[in-house]
Amino acid sequence: MDIQRLISMANQIGDFYESYPDQSHAQQDIAGHLNKFWALPMRKQIAQHVTEQGGFGLHPQVQNAIKSYLLV
Amino acid sequence: MDEIKYSPNIDYGTPTGQSTKHVTLTIDDRQVTVPDDVTIMHAAALAGVSVPKLCATDSLEPFGSCRLCLVEIEGRRGYPASCTTPVAEGLKVHTQTPKLADIRRGTMELYISDHPLDCLTCATNGDCELQDMAGAVGLREVRYGYEGENHLQSVKDESNPYFTFDPAKCIVCSRCVRACEETQGTFALTIEGRGFDSKVSPGNKSFLDSECVSCGACVQACPTATLIEKKVIEAGTPEHVVTTTCAYCGVGCSFDAEMKGEEVIRMVPTKHGGANHGHSCVKGRFAWGYATHRDRITTPMIRKNIKDPWQPVSWDEAINYAASELTRIKAQYGSDAMGGITSSRCTNEEVYVTQKLIRAVFGVNHVDTCARVCHSPTGYGLKQTLGESAGTQTFDSVMASDVIFVIGANPTDGHPVFASQMKRRLRQGAKLIVADPREIDLVANSPHVRADYHLKLRPGTNVALISALSHVIVTEGLVQEGFVKERCEWDSFVEWRDFVAQPQNSPEALSEGLGVSAEDIRAAARLYATGGNAAIYYGLGVTEHSQGSTTVMGIANLAMATANIGRDGVGVNPLRGQNNVQGSCDMGSMPHEFPGYRHVADDATRALFESAWGRPLSKEPGLRIPNMLDQACEGSFKALYCVGEDIVQSDPNTQHVTHALQQMECVIVQDLFLNETAMYAHVFFPGASFLEKSGTFTNAERRISPVRRVMAPKNGYEDWEVTVKLSNALGYPMHYAHASEIMDEIAKLTPTFHGVSFKKIDEMGSVQWPCNDETPQGTPIMHIDVFVRGKGKFFITQYVPTTEKVNARFPLILTTGRILSQYNVGAQTRRTDNTAWHAEDMLEIHPHDAEDRGINEGDWVGISSRAGETVLRAKVTERVQVGVVYTTFHHPESGANVITTDSSDWATNCPEYKVTAVQVTRVSQLSDWQKHYKTFSEAQIAFANKTREAKVESVKIG
Repeated sequence: MDIQRLISMANQIGDFYESYPDQSHAQQDIAGHLNKFWALPMRKQIAQHVTEQGGFGLHPQVQNAIKSYLLV
Repeated sequence: MDEIKYSPNIDYGTPTGQSTKHVTLTIDDRQVTVPDDVTIMHAAALAGVSVPKLCATDSLEPFGSCRLCLVEIEGRRGYPASCTTPVAEGLKVHTQTPKLADIRRGTMELYISDHPLDCLTCATNGDCELQDMAGAVGLREVRYGYEGENHLQSVKDESNPYFTFDPAKCIVCSRCVRACEETQGTFALTIEGRGFDSKVSPGNKSFLDSECVSCGACVQACPTATLIEKKVIEAGTPEHVVTTTCAYCGVGCSFDAEMKGEEVIRMVPTKHGGANHGHSCVKGRFAWGYATHRDRITTPMIRKNIKDPWQPVSWDEAINYAASELTRIKAQYGSDAMGGITSSRCTNEEVYVTQKLIRAVFGVNHVDTCARVCHSPTGYGLKQTLGESAGTQTFDSVMASDVIFVIGANPTDGHPVFASQMKRRLRQGAKLIVADPREIDLVANSPHVRADYHLKLRPGTNVALISALSHVIVTEGLVQEGFVKERCEWDSFVEWRDFVAQPQNSPEALSEGLGVSAEDIRAAARLYATGGNAAIYYGLGVTEHSQGSTTVMGIANLAMATANIGRDGVGVNPLRGQNNVQGSCDMGSMPHEFPGYRHVADDATRALFESAWGRPLSKEPGLRIPNMLDQACEGSFKALYCVGEDIVQSDPNTQHVTHALQQMECVIVQDLFLNETAMYAHVFFPGASFLEKSGTFTNAERRISPVRRVMAPKNGYEDWEVTVKLSNALGYPMHYAHASEIMDEIAKLTPTFHGVSFKKIDEMGSVQWPCNDETPQGTPIMHIDVFVRGKGKFFITQYVPTTEKVNARFPLILTTGRILSQYNVGAQTRRTDNTAWHAEDMLEIHPHDAEDRGINEGDWVGISSRAGETVLRAKVTERVQVGVVYTTFHHPESGANVITTDSSDWATNCPEYKVTAVQVTRVSQLSDWQKHYKTFSEAQIAFANKTREAKVESVKIG
């Protein structure tokens, strides 16, 4: 899939959790959402973007969520 | 006393009583005990005594005009009308005396003296209450002759495409007028003139040009042939009845299909229908002719390439070709290259077998449904907050509401039968809050209904509005903390409370961005929180946004904070667009869930289905519709089985959708017609209409209703049988002999359906899930003592403006919606006479925006967005606000979704249909897309017509 579209979708998820007071928990929620609703090829692609492209374009909180909690 | 048993086949004359107190009276020789708020006429009917009547019927309030139902009461003077006289303890009533017989004969004589004596050739011969009453009162002569002044030469109004109005046969009983008022709530009819000049009138206009919405309530109520279906005039009266469920909107009305052999004569709303209580709308009541429309394709077709003409083939050839292509693609590209889409127009049983085929045979979870593009945020948001992906109430609950909050829904157009019930409650005095960018009819255009507050917000700002309302409730101390402490997760409440209390969430801070005054927001919030039972009704104006799921959760937050959930009259009520949105989601057609909303990664659930289906199942969530299309554009998604859905017309960014389909190697479409998606298909399986199959639909109130076959499928098979044949050809035999066996399997594997069966549905008429050992009679209202998830959970709902922003190039916001007479992509309603009301999609534009652009009513206007351009005619109206334009998407050539974009909800990818930045200009010709569409679709239709010609030819040769 177009990586820009995946970045945009992941950032939207990050936006939802931005106002949560416990940002550590928010990271788990962001990754949890991706694990629960994104197909494996999409998760692999976004994870690859983080490892190979430094997560360019992704909000820092989303990058951290992917690094720490994404199942691929 | 024993519970009174009502029969659907008896007209009790006046409405059922509500009182729990009872009185005992004697009617003729029978003693009867009845509620103390019914009439003598009603009590007589309960006692099995038939009192003559004409102006009375039990769906309407008593009127007392026909003077046939007079009775004598011992100890009282005169001859009171039984329809307007209440019962009382100890009354002794006589319904048949020589004096009463004399009065009734005299009254009937007057009626008949001004009525044509053409009973034998009248369309209602044998089905006419006037005729029945003439017999019942023993009318033998009319002494007045027929030479005097009369109404027999009155001109018939045949303007409505479905029924006629013949004033010559009218007895001015007012049943039609009252039905229009009480049942429908439109007030289109009136009695004009006085005395002899009195006549029923649709406001001095023809029926078609009047305010009449063609719901059929007047036709239903008419005791003579004055208002009668044209089909009955043409074909005669029906001879048998099959009760089934409407295939249109999410109200899910029950209908009696009145048949003559295999021909539908009329569809009459079932008196005791759980969702509709004998009412209907113009679609369900009349717009079923598409089922026999000449455009129906009933022969399977295949082709290698979409540039080729279709080849008509036998079912076996079509199934085997599809199976061989799917097998080839699986071997060549792997399972991930295949998937399926179901539709909310499918039955539960069809959806179930399709998702089973995809999961068990294709070997992936790439199955999605059209709820993706409408109510997927409801499924997500309500599951997160309350624990179940469904509305909380039964429709009847609205009659106990004191405050009705409608947000992002247009019930009078989208859910008209429920809207009539809602309007009835509003006329009784319930308060109304409407949040909508447009002035929908409920705001001020429904007689005797007016919104107390119309929060005319800017499209895309729902979350800000919900935050502002929440801010008022929290900061003004209107939270029901006792309820929250007992029923909800306190920590989540505290986080939410602290968030919404922040100054930036105040009405004053958000007012400018919303375009709504802070005073109105505060007043609406106070009304919702303190006005008694408050219920929220919402639709696609909530869900089809980049923050659709956030708004759904915000709505649930509001309901929990104010304790407006878990009892009659309150709740969170998603108004589902199509007939089986709820059911298609229940049946596991979302890529991450098995039937019953259980995630595919849940080992126990997966093991249950693996054991039942005998195949290993993937624990990975599958692709959603937009993901499938994106993957197709990149060449990794190659085969699609699309059942009953038309993604080319209904999904956003049409050119992206068609590009994706063109990249696929095998597109299988199963449908009634060569829909827009079928034009890009390689295999066409003809579908069966709802009249030709058995199954169930589940409506917006979780009501599972029967769909029953009233005629043989014109394509040869019910749709679930086609899917089973495909599965068999793919080497996975499915052994169902009847749709009821599919439901038995669903019930076995789905806890909320454990108690459901065709037998139970037939016995009860319908049943609302959860229906299992704990709730064998179903569950009209959910979350009464405890939420499904245990404790209700509050979510912080930060407003994030959409990225689909207006700018100098695209300065207006386009929002889309639907209209009463048409349905979804219009494939059904465009093939009926409903086009009399809506022949084309128009662009509504505010007079200021129109003037700026030199646009006049009826001008062709080009609408361009970041996704594409199309051309429509302009309708200049103040219903839309400045800066906002609006259109419907019922006609494919309109290309409404050529302009909508890929922007979607953060949680579910539900498209943001409601916000598209556009520019509008006057133009003189169609857009490039429309020109291409015209050429392409004409070629595709010609390809299919060749198939039909070939079929006719082969029949001739044979």
